[in-house]
Amino acid sequence: MTIPTHQKVIFYLLLIVSAFVIFAPALIAFSMSFMLGQDVMSGKILPPSFTLDNYVTVFERVPLLRFLLNSFIISIVIMIGQLVLSSLAAYAFVFLKFKGRDVLFFIFIATMMVPFEASIIPNFQTIRDLGWINSYIGLTLPFFALAFGTFLLRQAFKQIPKELKEASEVAGMGDFKFFLTVVLPMARTSLVTLGVYGFLTSWNMYLWPLLATTTETTRTVQIGLRQLQTQEQLNEWGVIMAGAIIVVLPTLILLFLGQKKLQKGLAEGALK
Amino acid sequence: MNQAALQLEEQYAQKFAKAKKAHRTKSLLKGLLFLLPSIILFSVFLFYPLFKTIYLSFFLTDSSGATTVYVGLNNYINIFTSPLFVKSFQVTFLFVLYTVPGTILVSLFLAILANEKLKGIGIFRTIFSSTMGISVAAASVFWMFLFHPSIGWLNQILAVFGIDAIGWLTDPNSALISVAISTIWMNTGFTFLILLGGLQSIDSYLYESADIDGASYFYKLRRITIPMLSPTLFFVITVSFISAFQTFGQVDMLTRGGPQNETNVIVYSIYQDAFMNYQHGVASAQAVVLFVIILILTLIQFKLGEKKVHYQ
Repeated sequence: MTIPTHQKVIFYLLLIVSAFVIFAPALIAFSMSFMLGQDVMSGKILPPSFTLDNYVTVFERVPLLRFLLNSFIISIVIMIGQLVLSSLAAYAFVFLKFKGRDVLFFIFIATMMVPFEASIIPNFQTIRDLGWINSYIGLTLPFFALAFGTFLLRQAFKQIPKELKEASEVAGMGDFKFFLTVVLPMARTSLVTLGVYGFLTSWNMYLWPLLATTTETTRTVQIGLRQLQTQEQLNEWGVIMAGAIIVVLPTLILLFLGQKKLQKGLAEGALK
Repeated sequence: MNQAALQLEEQYAQKFAKAKKAHRTKSLLKGLLFLLPSIILFSVFLFYPLFKTIYLSFFLTDSSGATTVYVGLNNYINIFTSPLFVKSFQVTFLFVLYTVPGTILVSLFLAILANEKLKGIGIFRTIFSSTMGISVAAASVFWMFLFHPSIGWLNQILAVFGIDAIGWLTDPNSALISVAISTIWMNTGFTFLILLGGLQSIDSYLYESADIDGASYFYKLRRITIPMLSPTLFFVITVSFISAFQTFGQVDMLTRGGPQNETNVIVYSIYQDAFMNYQHGVASAQAVVLFVIILILTLIQFKLGEKKVHYQ
């Protein structure tokens, strides 16, 4: 199937224009982060002179390094928590037969109908009463159990031949050992996909860190960016943009590396 | 003699049943052990809060969120009659109406373009999906500048065409649309990625036979691509609906619900009532309404998703 040349030209034209429109907001921010204040205010498009001052200033304005570290810790802890809990649950749904399994599976499905936003008030009270405001545990623990992750891994575990399980039973291998030494290594790709997904969503979390942090010690970069924006009163655009670029870099890099896997995984966990 | 054999058989049967029961209990325990961590966390952070929210919605509370006076359905009557809450619902529905079709159309257009087998298409796919990696906070900062009344790009572009500057986020008439535009941009990456996956799973054989028949590009698009894509399309439509109802971050960053509550969507209203005004009861009643809306949408997805759409 070859495409006629004139059609190709139209396609490339549309692709280039669309790519420019989609990428423009990020590109403009990137360019502004290297601009001097007066150039931004006079509405310049490309930086007439190049400066790294904004990047230096932003680390002085807010404890950005602390926020970055917090976000890294929180995202990695949530990612690991989700991987562990989802894979354990998915194993039970695929390899173990017991009474009430279908009911439990239905309960997992039902959790997808409860939006976190709708249960945020009691959750805030719980965390507050436990004294977990401004703590890593309060910021991470509520997100460990994940129905989507369980479904995604269940799909992957189903691909593993049932004969392997039977053979392991004959060999006298326990379930936990089978889970660790056979199932997890075989579902590597899906685990990576879920890990990337978990990191991305945790890094970008907004509402919960806003509520569950009141001081700078455990504040995440997203809320740091909000703080920066409020403080600056919109006069130093270059500094704010430098902050925003630093905030999006880790996730953009992760997305570029894991895009193909993520695309496949999201479709599998969600659609099947 | 016969009697003895029968007895023995009965004993075996009993032992067998016992062993079977023990095995069952054991497998039940094992199953629960694997599921326990998830079940506990779901109970603490999902099911308990859900019931607690419903409970709180029948009360007035003090500033710490403890219940004070039972008011029955008053909170609900309040949110469906007081102009401020009614406004919040209207704003939310309008916002959904702007963002869902917008996101789907833009993403579908991009996905169809990016599904062509052309040289360098990978770069375009990466660019189109990039907004998925950009957080709400960062995206809001980007758009805040684009919307800036004097130095923002949008007004600068308008000026080139001789059109007067628009107060994108400050004018009550355009604030919600502006937030919706930025939201469409933020959601495009994810929706595009899912739709592209759907397009790539369509059997190329279908296109080949259409080519043999000399079908035009748009005929193939209408008769093959869209019908075959319908399950994926249906999925992204419901997901977009749900995420539109859950919008919070961009409103908080861009407008704080203003001007004149024109962008005070439901989650922002819940946030304000619960955590600024300390009225947990009224906020809970709104949260229950939000929950019901999302429940209905999810049920529609589960039920209709299987029937109404064309499957291969």
